[in-house]
Amino acid sequence: MLKSLRKLGLIFAGPTLIAFAIAFAVPFLVGLYLSFCQFTTVTDATWVGLDNYIRAFAPRERFWSALGFTSLVTAVSVVTVNLFAFAIAYLLTRKLRGTNFFRTIFFMPNLIGGIVLGYTWQTIINAFLVQYQTTLASNAKYGFIGLILLLNWQMIGYMMIIYIAGLQNVPGELIEAASIDGASKWQTLRNVTIPMIMPSITICLFLTLSSSFKLYDANLALTNGAPMRKTEMVALNIVDTFFLRVGVEGVGQAKAMIFFLLVSVVAFFQLRVTRRQEVEQ
Amino acid sequence: MSTQSLATQASATPAAVKSDAGQSGSGISALKIMNYTILVLLTLVFVGPLFFILMNSFKGRFFISSSPFALPIGDYFVGLTNYTSGLAVTNFFNAMGWSFVITIGSVTVIVFFTAMTAYYITRIKARWTNVVYLIFVFSMIVPFQAVMFPTIKIADMLGLSNPAGMMVLYLGFGAGLSVFIFSGFVKSIPLEIEEAATIDGCGPLKTYFYIVFPMLKPVAITVAILNTMWVWNDYLLPYLVIGLSTPYKTIPVAIQMMAGSYGDNDMGAMMAMLVLAIIPIVVFYLFSQKYIIEGVAAGAVKG
Repeated sequence: MLKSLRKLGLIFAGPTLIAFAIAFAVPFLVGLYLSFCQFTTVTDATWVGLDNYIRAFAPRERFWSALGFTSLVTAVSVVTVNLFAFAIAYLLTRKLRGTNFFRTIFFMPNLIGGIVLGYTWQTIINAFLVQYQTTLASNAKYGFIGLILLLNWQMIGYMMIIYIAGLQNVPGELIEAASIDGASKWQTLRNVTIPMIMPSITICLFLTLSSSFKLYDANLALTNGAPMRKTEMVALNIVDTFFLRVGVEGVGQAKAMIFFLLVSVVAFFQLRVTRRQEVEQ
Repeated sequence: MSTQSLATQASATPAAVKSDAGQSGSGISALKIMNYTILVLLTLVFVGPLFFILMNSFKGRFFISSSPFALPIGDYFVGLTNYTSGLAVTNFFNAMGWSFVITIGSVTVIVFFTAMTAYYITRIKARWTNVVYLIFVFSMIVPFQAVMFPTIKIADMLGLSNPAGMMVLYLGFGAGLSVFIFSGFVKSIPLEIEEAATIDGCGPLKTYFYIVFPMLKPVAITVAILNTMWVWNDYLLPYLVIGLSTPYKTIPVAIQMMAGSYGDNDMGAMMAMLVLAIIPIVVFYLFSQKYIIEGVAAGAVKG
């Protein structure tokens, strides 16, 4: 059976592989090459070695500050989103009535895209700030708080769903056994529930980490870096290098490659560290 | 480990002991009231922003900034003025049409082709299928910006700067996650079923379409939902490939362009367009929320 299937590789895998080559594989290799070149389109590249990588870190590129701001937003949002999402999931698995209703409501913001989300929150935050005669664009602190609020509002529901699924898989006997042994609610949570839902925690940390780190749309819509590019995250910094300036495409491509490396390293370490905490079910 | 010792004890304990995990006592306890209070407050936090936008979309544009929290009544109320002026600048329904075409087309293409690919590379054990699988997994981590510039130039050279071309690009970008999710499921299907079909005279294509794909249906729904949420809301790819000089703007592109050129002047029209952008999502969600929530949970477990 597999023998006759084997011959049909072109039919089964061909279309996906061609599209994958056009959209991802070839551009990735071309992009890697171009990050060592000076170019304005993909066909006029001249080799410049590590020049772009060195220039990427020059102060005027603001790449360092974008990285710093991105790390700060990511760190704070990963912690807050996961704490709130877990707390809400815990509350919703307490056999209360109407949990489905609440679950539906809390998840809803997740379906709204970054652009719409960004302008929605921009309006709301400005509505508060206008009473103090100031705006979102006037102070980087407001932009930071805005991004944190937006990310929490958007991602809590998604992570909550994953935590609920995890909590529902914890065998009831384990909780019973813990309470028979005289464990308090907190001890049970700390020593039984949390180790049992480590796979959910791994996934949620990974998803919040990578989506905050790669955030673009909402950053563009909420502040677009204002004031003075102080609330600019890495993805926005890279896109603007390509499309708002002339003659620095190579630097943009080098930044994109550094960004890719950072995302991979962070994701790899996070997965390793949390996977180690997982217990056999 | 403590968990394991607890587990051993659990199996030795008679199951008749009543659990206190769910506070399942009758009557209304103080704890229950507190829990509901928290949930209701959270509901207000989650619905509030949407209500705020909806409310302001019916107010005169100057009142939105001068008294943003006032209800749209009396002098503040302007009926559908904001909607008509917003529609006039954005050509919103056109954008909505293209959003529908591109999303439905891309998701259909993604589900159809990546399921077949996942089936093939999981069933055929060869070095190249293994390498292909690993490259798909790798592609999930790579940020879009790393391939952005070459992708849009190559797409342009190949004449993909149109809605059909967008479907090809989305198939390429969506392949990683979708193949990964499908593969995980294909592995769990026993080979015997396909062998039985072969003995009954089915070729590989017939076996796949009549036997395998129907079994993949629950995963196909998960893949479809995750991709719909992504493609519908995606901004950068459609903006760069078809948003600049063609009539094929999608909703996020139309909203961003309006804000860039016009939003500062007419907050009212902006609010109205945000409401129109959110409505299709909420309607879609209300009709399929069971599948969406199950799909998200299932997709995460696979991931």
